Amino acid sequence: MNMYTFPMQRRFGEPEHGHKPAPTPTARVAVAVVALGVLLFVAALAGAPLGRTWFGPMASFVLAGGGAIALIRMRYRNTTPGIKHNGVFFSGATSRGALAWGLGILFTGFYVMLYWFPAPLVGAIRLVDPVSYALAGHAANRWFLYGFLYTVAMIVFGTRMFYKYRHNRYERIRTASVIVFQLGFAFLIPHILERLNEPEFYFTYFWPLKPDYLFPSGVHWLTSSSGHLGAFLVGWGAIMTFVATPVLTYFLGKRWYCSWVCGCGGLAETLGDSWRQLSDKSLGSWKVERWMIHTVLILIVTLTALLWFNDAHAGLVFGSFTRALRRWYGFFIGMIFSGVAGVGFYPLLGSRVWCRFACPQAAILGLFQRFFSRFRITVNGGQCMSCGNCSTYCEMGIDVRSYAQRGENIVRASCVGCGVCSAVCPRGVLKLENGPVSNRFPGADAPVGAFLQSLGLRKRKHGGGAYWS
Amino acid sequence: MHVAIIGNGITGISAAIRLRKRRPGWDITVISGESEYHFSRPALMYIFMGHLRFEDTLPFDKKFFKHQRIDLMQAWVTKIDTENKMLVFDGQTQPLGYDKLLIATGSEPNKFGWPGQDLRGVQSLYSLQDLDLLYRNVRGAQHAVVVGGGLIGIEFAEMLHARDIGVTFLVRETAFWNVIIPDEEACMINRIIEEEGLGLVLETELDHIVDGGDGRVSAVRTNSGETIACQVVGLTTGVHPNTHLAKTSGVPTGRGILVDRSLRTSIDDVYAAGDCAEMVTGEERNLIQQVWYTGRGQGLAVADAMAGDEVRYDPGIWFNSAKFLDLEYQVYGTVPRTGAAPPGHTSLFWMHPDGRHSLRIVHNNGTVVGFNLFGIRYRHEVCERWIREKRSVDYVLAHLAEANFDPEFYGRYEVEITAAMKRQVA
Repeated sequence: MNMYTFPMQRRFGEPEHGHKPAPTPTARVAVAVVALGVLLFVAALAGAPLGRTWFGPMASFVLAGGGAIALIRMRYRNTTPGIKHNGVFFSGATSRGALAWGLGILFTGFYVMLYWFPAPLVGAIRLVDPVSYALAGHAANRWFLYGFLYTVAMIVFGTRMFYKYRHNRYERIRTASVIVFQLGFAFLIPHILERLNEPEFYFTYFWPLKPDYLFPSGVHWLTSSSGHLGAFLVGWGAIMTFVATPVLTYFLGKRWYCSWVCGCGGLAETLGDSWRQLSDKSLGSWKVERWMIHTVLILIVTLTALLWFNDAHAGLVFGSFTRALRRWYGFFIGMIFSGVAGVGFYPLLGSRVWCRFACPQAAILGLFQRFFSRFRITVNGGQCMSCGNCSTYCEMGIDVRSYAQRGENIVRASCVGCGVCSAVCPRGVLKLENGPVSNRFPGADAPVGAFLQSLGLRKRKHGGGAYWS
Repeated sequence: MHVAIIGNGITGISAAIRLRKRRPGWDITVISGESEYHFSRPALMYIFMGHLRFEDTLPFDKKFFKHQRIDLMQAWVTKIDTENKMLVFDGQTQPLGYDKLLIATGSEPNKFGWPGQDLRGVQSLYSLQDLDLLYRNVRGAQHAVVVGGGLIGIEFAEMLHARDIGVTFLVRETAFWNVIIPDEEACMINRIIEEEGLGLVLETELDHIVDGGDGRVSAVRTNSGETIACQVVGLTTGVHPNTHLAKTSGVPTGRGILVDRSLRTSIDDVYAAGDCAEMVTGEERNLIQQVWYTGRGQGLAVADAMAGDEVRYDPGIWFNSAKFLDLEYQVYGTVPRTGAAPPGHTSLFWMHPDGRHSLRIVHNNGTVVGFNLFGIRYRHEVCERWIREKRSVDYVLAHLAEANFDPEFYGRYEVEITAAMKRQVA
């Protein structure tokens, strides 16, 4: 008998090319419709004045989005309801092939233009002018274009989630939730507020993900520009940060925000879903994650404190240092990390790079989730047979299997509660649930002690995995 | 002390990990010819379908074994010299001495001597090598015949179906897998198979496999005289303990490698566990267990025995799970097939009108002994506890919701189930 040595060729057993059946005539029509929509968008970019009437944006986005939805429907229509990950690792688009690199460059390039070189986007901005006039009452700018594209992407690829998970109510409800929060609270309402001459305020973002809302400048801007409403908005942000975050996370886990409300999470869960298997599962990447995300948290806390200190002392003490820190934080964390790398690298590094490595909101929610929450992923006795679907499809790079095969609950700061590990498990081993804190993880009865252990300040007691120890 | 373990499946690896914990100073070597690293055998299908890469199916990364000081050796053992406590290998590999030896060679697929069973394109599905063979065998294939209705058969069929290869199932029984599960559930699986577009031919057996003239299969002939053209034949008619090595080395075997309750063979310092072992229990029938979970349980038990404990392997309350295409299956406790219930055993059965969710509660004169679930997940810990505590049907029906393990927001059926089952009791 022959023997295998490890590692084997990267795509062990990939079928020969030409395996896929030829597209049907309807699929060809749908592809043509998408291409036409994209063509109109490109024509607008090239300067065609398509945004003077509603016709331009309607034709472009409805054709591209509608065609894409039709293709998605055809993809899933002839399958029975269930997990259909056939060929994920055989397709270059979803396993870091040429197509994935191309998309990565396209996404990254878009963010670079958006932030620093918007000139080539002017045509596209004009294309969405009618939408902007209707909502906000003024011409579109690049941020309006961005929000519009973002929302359209979430709706189109959210539809994909509805088809893909039509057997799974948790996924369907969660997807509906992120779409509603994005469309309503992160797109329509802020622009309608603008139209009413009120601040363009995003109810679903707050400090520290949207630090400005608790920076002195932000607070002054909100309170001075719109009186009572402004005071309400400042109060709203503060309540979300200081009350909702700990209370909701205690009862539901960080998922209430990260995979049900947040727009960044929403895009990752819709547009990014195809690339969730690309997250790095190694212990090394977990270590990098913990250092990076908590460093960002310390940075933003320090920066906020300094800004308020300066505000109280008229900027006389750390004024220039704080201004520089704020600029650098905005540049590296706000632009490079959350945009260029966070979304740009979806097709190469998976959909949650930003959320996992650098989001300060996720860091805070994660600390609560790890030590003061009722949320956990329960492992069903000894039913795990270590196949690896859960770990592979975890977008946060959690090695879920390493817990499941020991019969140990999964209580991890980074878990956003997307529920996909539970969905892909062929043995029904995993369940996201909220329950008594006392039996969540070994040492759960003393969360402060567990926290100190995690910092290495107290010796770790080894908890019993029922099936190995 | 040097412990050698032949076989790096779930049994061998469970034993190695447990033994490392128990005996930090001992040397442990795990030997396998199949693959250098332990992989999840049930996950082979997902590699073929493109859900996972091979490396994703490794339950422990490479560093783990280094860190645990478990030496891995890739070689085929050809003979155990039990006199001199030496292992002899195929090829250039030097012999290896041992102080204690665990044989965990697993099982191998049944073949019943069908004419043509060695033609190209005809294969079973057990090892990594079989998977590799399948990649070659499906090249250009349009249609396949899968012989035998069991867990590996349905996996084989799903794998081929995922590559757009037509599949015909030849099943001896009147319904899929009803040698193990009750008829109602077996009929559910029949329907699921047909809905998926697979051809299911019941009450039919393989007569012979037809050579296309080039040494490759071109068709199969059934015992009803029908000829089905195909380029691939999957033989999935069960497995039996792999005893080749034990036999050539003089380790006593029956159907499997004979061991006592401590998983010891009759030869000093030689143990056997997992699929390959046949435990002499002193009861009517010897114990041969061949699923993932029992492999793990026996591996852990044999490690304790090798460490010097007085071990009496207790199979515990049975459980298992599987997935038939999209249909999930779980079983806890005793669930006899139709017509095989021991005296006093009756079952209560509920099925959702959609035919995709069902629950069977088996009881012995009112005491619950087993649960059979399709399309619903139940908690292992709760079902096991109820069976151990000999709970009554009334108690279980009143507390049914505690056992549910379905994801949040899923439909809950406790009300319908309880009503239906209470009617059946009355």
